[in-house]
Amino acid sequence: MKSLAELAAIRDKMKNKVALREESGETRIVVGMATCGIAAGARPVLSTFVEEVDKAGLNGSVAVTQTGCIGLCRYEPIVEVLRAGEEKVTYIKMTPEKALEVMEKHIKGGKPVVEYTIGNIEK
Amino acid sequence: MIRSHVLICGGTGCTSSGSVAVREAMAKELELAGLSDEVKIVQTGCFGLCANGPIMIIYPEGTFYSHVKVDDVKEIVEEHLLKGRLVERLLHKETDEGVTETVHSLSDTKFYKKQHRVALRNCGVINPESIDEYIGTDGYQALGKVLTEMKPQEVIDTILASGLRGRGGAGFPTGRKWQFAADQPAGKKYVVCNADEGDPGAFMDRSVLEGDPHAVLEAMAIAGYAIGADEGYIYVRAEYPIAVQRLTIAINQAREYGLLGKDIFGTGFNFDITLRLGAGAFVCGEETALLASIEGKRGEPHPRPPFPAVKGLFGKPTIINNVETLANIAQIINKGADWFASMGTEKSKGTKVFALGGKITNTGLVEIPMGTTLREIIEDIGGGIPNGKKFKAAQTGGPSGGCIPASLIDTPIDYDNLLAIGSMMGSGGLIVMDEDNCMVDIAKFFLEFTVDESCGKCVPCRTGTRRLLEILEKITSGNGEMEDLDKLEELCNYIKSTSLCGLGQTAPNPVVSTLRYFRDEYIAHIVDKKCPAGVCKKLLHYHIDAEKCRGCTACARQCPTNAISGAVRTPHTIDPAKCIKCGACMATCKFGAIYKQ
Repeated sequence: MKSLAELAAIRDKMKNKVALREESGETRIVVGMATCGIAAGARPVLSTFVEEVDKAGLNGSVAVTQTGCIGLCRYEPIVEVLRAGEEKVTYIKMTPEKALEVMEKHIKGGKPVVEYTIGNIEK
Repeated sequence: MIRSHVLICGGTGCTSSGSVAVREAMAKELELAGLSDEVKIVQTGCFGLCANGPIMIIYPEGTFYSHVKVDDVKEIVEEHLLKGRLVERLLHKETDEGVTETVHSLSDTKFYKKQHRVALRNCGVINPESIDEYIGTDGYQALGKVLTEMKPQEVIDTILASGLRGRGGAGFPTGRKWQFAADQPAGKKYVVCNADEGDPGAFMDRSVLEGDPHAVLEAMAIAGYAIGADEGYIYVRAEYPIAVQRLTIAINQAREYGLLGKDIFGTGFNFDITLRLGAGAFVCGEETALLASIEGKRGEPHPRPPFPAVKGLFGKPTIINNVETLANIAQIINKGADWFASMGTEKSKGTKVFALGGKITNTGLVEIPMGTTLREIIEDIGGGIPNGKKFKAAQTGGPSGGCIPASLIDTPIDYDNLLAIGSMMGSGGLIVMDEDNCMVDIAKFFLEFTVDESCGKCVPCRTGTRRLLEILEKITSGNGEMEDLDKLEELCNYIKSTSLCGLGQTAPNPVVSTLRYFRDEYIAHIVDKKCPAGVCKKLLHYHIDAEKCRGCTACARQCPTNAISGAVRTPHTIDPAKCIKCGACMATCKFGAIYKQ
């Protein structure tokens, strides 16, 4: 290493990775990963979110976690998005494709994808 | 793609409670569950809650599991990592006023809330064996900054302005030490890191070295730039194998990245570091003895002046800083002197790491701002005294320090307050004692240590401490006389004022301070021939309560010296002349008929 620029490059690359260990996460994407969720295909959904968050470099502010069964097994895979100061948004019957859309419109764009939410289907 | 980090403590405390096996089991279970690509295991340094090890923290949730066993790993993987359900039974539990609460996150524990982690900021956060993770938490930024933006004198001025004082015990202002060495004519100079942590029960420096070794290397390079040195030594005891291993890895990584070696950052500044292993002699923590040991000579002190800053290692100007002192340097450079000076008290700035031990619930490592009271450390952070016992005293400064009695529990802890009440900051060992501890016995314990560790070069220390110990033994065996107390005090004064180095000058402190605050206990030993705490064996006698004794003969059969006699079904008696006070009878009795007094 011969310059500060190289040091800064390593720091920026690593910062995102170490940031996972801070409990700040302004946004939390919670994927239902109980038996019902896994059976309905929650794993690829989870992987998609994890990959997309990383690609977008949002590791510091967005946390992807799993949760257990919330009792709505027929709607699995269920994904909840929690953002500070906003109401929780619950997406149901998720797929990797839908996850990509939620990523773009909701996580980055700030607008929930209403058609995939539980409220829309129960109407 | 990694979605979760499993942090497993790899400090000495958790390693000895089995964290290595837990880590291996975790790797295997992740593989079996097909999660190896998305869950990363990170071996970290000490989290501080050593009593509850092995400790595991899972991010991004920040879930805090304590006492994790190999058998628990499968459940953690299947429940937590796969399905996202917390393993409730492994969550850390905290008891407060009789109510036990389950704590989900480390930062929610009372143990952490009052702490302020500066020197320990990376301990338990990063993998100490990865230089990239250190760089990811702003590591080596400070070195880059001083080399490219600051003049050496500006570095020294910053450290001076921060008010940082040496964390090894004496509390000498670090900036002034650097100034002395910088003021010497240019030429060969050295930076030495004193990692010879020898106080019984102290493990602050070990934890920093194990948890964040690069912080020490970076600070040494900064110090080298400030005083004009190109070579550094770390003197660490061979009894710290994990610290030695991680330092070796860290030095090699730093060399590979060009952060140690020649022409660092292309600025023409050269600095390299060598490890020197000590054999664990307490006196080698004294700076002049330490230098002698690095030079390959017998580890004995020599008189100062000349001070090492003028004539130190191999006769060249040398600064010697303690590990914890160095762990603060890079952050002072990055965040500024004002940031550091905003913490602490008027004359003691920043934070201090303490190794909490003895009769305390949360044995472990804590870092608090200077000025925190002893009560906060013991009751809030330490979780109080176990088994409903009463706090009697705290011992700080190890064999060189003294006791703080319960009446002074609200003293804000800083260098000057501790000196004023007859103790000292020391390197940060803090041993808590309850009503079952005999203060004369405590003084005797530390004297035994200094008698063993005295290097023997000067008479007051070699012979004086031996005589002190003999008087204490006389008192604890019931042969003491009141005039012994005067003799103790007189001898303490001689040893303090005439010993060659810090070891001897401070060796009488445990006696002086226990005499000051617990004189009544000494008198009880001498006049009443009793040990109020029931510790000093020679003053104790075992008795059988005739009302409770059923004459079952169990005790008589256990007694190794046949000191117990009596017919079957009639109360037995103990012959004090034959009794060796081993306590075997008391442990055997089912009726609680045997007591000691």
